[in-house]
Amino acid sequence: MNNVCVYCELDEGKIADVSLELMTKGRTLANELGVQLEALVIGSNLKNIEKQLLPYGADKIFIADDKRLDPYVTQPHTTITVNVFEKEKPQIALMGATIIGRDLGPRVSSALKSGLTADCTSLEIGPHEDKKQGKTYENLLYQIRPAFGGNIVATIINPDCRPQMATVREGVMKKEIFNENHKGEIINIDVDKILTDTDFLVKVIERHVEKSKINIKNSPIIVAGGYGVGSKENFQLLHNFADLIGGDVGASRAAVDAGYAEHERQIGQTGVTVRPKLYIACGISGQVQHTAGMEESSMIIAINNDPEAPINKIADYVITGNVEDVIPKMMKQYKANTK
Amino acid sequence: MKGLKIVVLAKQVPDTRNVGKDAMKADGTVNRAALPAIFNPEDLNALELALNIKDSNPGTTVTVLTMGPGRAAEILREAIYRGADNGVLLTDRAFAGADTLATSYALSRAIAKMDKVDLIIAGRQAIDGDTAQVGPQVAEKLNIPQITYAEEVISIKKEKLTVKRRIEGGIEIVEGKMPCVITVNNSAPDCRPRNVRRLMKYKHATTVSERQETDDDYIGMQNGREYLDIPEWTVNNIEADIIQLGLSGSPTKVKQIESVVFAAKESKKLTDSDKDIDWLMKELISNHTLG
Ligand SMILES: Cc1cc2nc3c(=O)[nH]c(=O)nc-3n(C[C@H](O)[C@H](O)[C@H](O)COP(=O)(O)OP(=O)(O)OC[C@H]3O[C@@H](n4cnc5c(N)ncnc54)[C@H](O)[C@@H]3O)c2cc1C
Repeated sequence: MNNVCVYCELDEGKIADVSLELMTKGRTLANELGVQLEALVIGSNLKNIEKQLLPYGADKIFIADDKRLDPYVTQPHTTITVNVFEKEKPQIALMGATIIGRDLGPRVSSALKSGLTADCTSLEIGPHEDKKQGKTYENLLYQIRPAFGGNIVATIINPDCRPQMATVREGVMKKEIFNENHKGEIINIDVDKILTDTDFLVKVIERHVEKSKINIKNSPIIVAGGYGVGSKENFQLLHNFADLIGGDVGASRAAVDAGYAEHERQIGQTGVTVRPKLYIACGISGQVQHTAGMEESSMIIAINNDPEAPINKIADYVITGNVEDVIPKMMKQYKANTK
Repeated sequence: MKGLKIVVLAKQVPDTRNVGKDAMKADGTVNRAALPAIFNPEDLNALELALNIKDSNPGTTVTVLTMGPGRAAEILREAIYRGADNGVLLTDRAFAGADTLATSYALSRAIAKMDKVDLIIAGRQAIDGDTAQVGPQVAEKLNIPQITYAEEVISIKKEKLTVKRRIEGGIEIVEGKMPCVITVNNSAPDCRPRNVRRLMKYKHATTVSERQETDDDYIGMQNGREYLDIPEWTVNNIEADIIQLGLSGSPTKVKQIESVVFAAKESKKLTDSDKDIDWLMKELISNHTLG
């Protein structure tokens, strides 16, 4: 009761990275609160799955193993999750902000009439005082995420409803083994007792999935373009530059929305989080939703024709100029100096 | 097959895309007045999906439902110009301050008030929050299935429909039973443009509040022309538990809003001159950032 619970997603029979990252975060939160860390795994062929979770510090692992539970469909996963949460009453429940987590999370939160904060970039524990109602709260989950509006970050709380639910994107938290020999309790869920026919009104008939070819998450050098790049043609310049220096191309949401780059390249709160050795921001203003996904880069170069662009404040090198002039010069000088 | 009754959920949002410099105030907050209010982009994909179903299933009606302030009637008119049969504006102080849970509760109560609805189609998410929560929560409140991330409705037979979903790294074809909620991705077809004849016909379609506010010559036009009335519903038109609406129905609260002051780094300022860039490239190569 009152623990921290992570819904663990499966990726080809393995616990997804995003879920392990949340286990690591969940372990920290549970320690701070002095409670246990729980994991919930729903799927099929889950023999030995606990071995993947125990090292991340799971004290209790709930497993629902049934062939009807793979591939993921909304309702059976919701019914089981709601059932577990109603019995266990976790105070905090975390899910990946993935296709699955964003389908499941809202449905579960609605069934439990609790709040859910999407795409958090940070989670902390802290107190709250409601002056109007004269109430004070200890140990609430601060669900921190950029807010629409300039460089603003909002702290969302969920004072009166449980669980306090949040989704987090892959790569935002860091995964770390807690203890290779950690021991925990395994609880097998009797699925037949929980599910009924009405949970199976949607069926998956066909599935074609291949790993996307674009994956910039672990790239050591990222040349990222924003709306200021101006066109898809100009974006090709960034590709040429990235190819030359052994990097990948990233983008801001404005650039993705404008059709300059593929969605998989979007960096930020609602895109990927990257920590490259070098980040070159070209024609990106540096709104907090963007910087949330790149501010931990080791070195940042900003190329912007506005000397006051917010991105300049977090850059190590600021080049004031037009992208279309600066990049060809960088390419030329790079070639000249590496000959 | 007889036609379907479809409700499209739509939201009017500030255009957060391509926020220009003038859209920011000196204190770093958004100057909402400088941002145009637009039809949430993925709700237009949702509308197209509904109209597409209507095209191939004669007798189908498409009603667009939006919750928001009075001016949100603008997107209902826009939807009607593009082919929707009608719109409903859900507007009341009681709805103010709603988070996604209270919003979906209000929307679901409005849908429950309509005659048997077969399909509810919404955009995947709204660009002002990107939460993607309202669609699934409406489905849960109505206790019906949901199919998220839809790109295409492949077929509809009796009460079964087959839908193509866009998921991580690929697609999935699912079969579901109506009534259900579908949320639509921006990878679905774009919405058709306004139809000129519909534009002429519905130019003066208004809500009762809009008619009270204007004193133009068309004020009497609605008499005998019921199709020019966009129904406006308040909390009194839906059977809802007041506590679950608006601020009191919202479990999430904003504790604090903070401006991010970037800890200004000691950044090296360069111009776009050949000399500066030559210097930078040498620097990056010599410290092994590039190489
Ligand atoms: C809920 C939500 C989630 C979001 N999630 C993300 C996210 O994950 N990632 C993300 O990036 N954004 C996200 N955003 C959007 C974010 O708020 C900004 O709107 C976006 O990052 C701006 O992109 P930009 O910097 O490319 O465009 P702009 O803000 O338009 O900036 C363009 C920049 O280019 C410069 N420029 C123009 N022309 C040139 C030129 N020729 N040469 C050099 N510089 C030039 C301009 O001075 C300006 O600084 C989100 C917003 C919301 C509301």
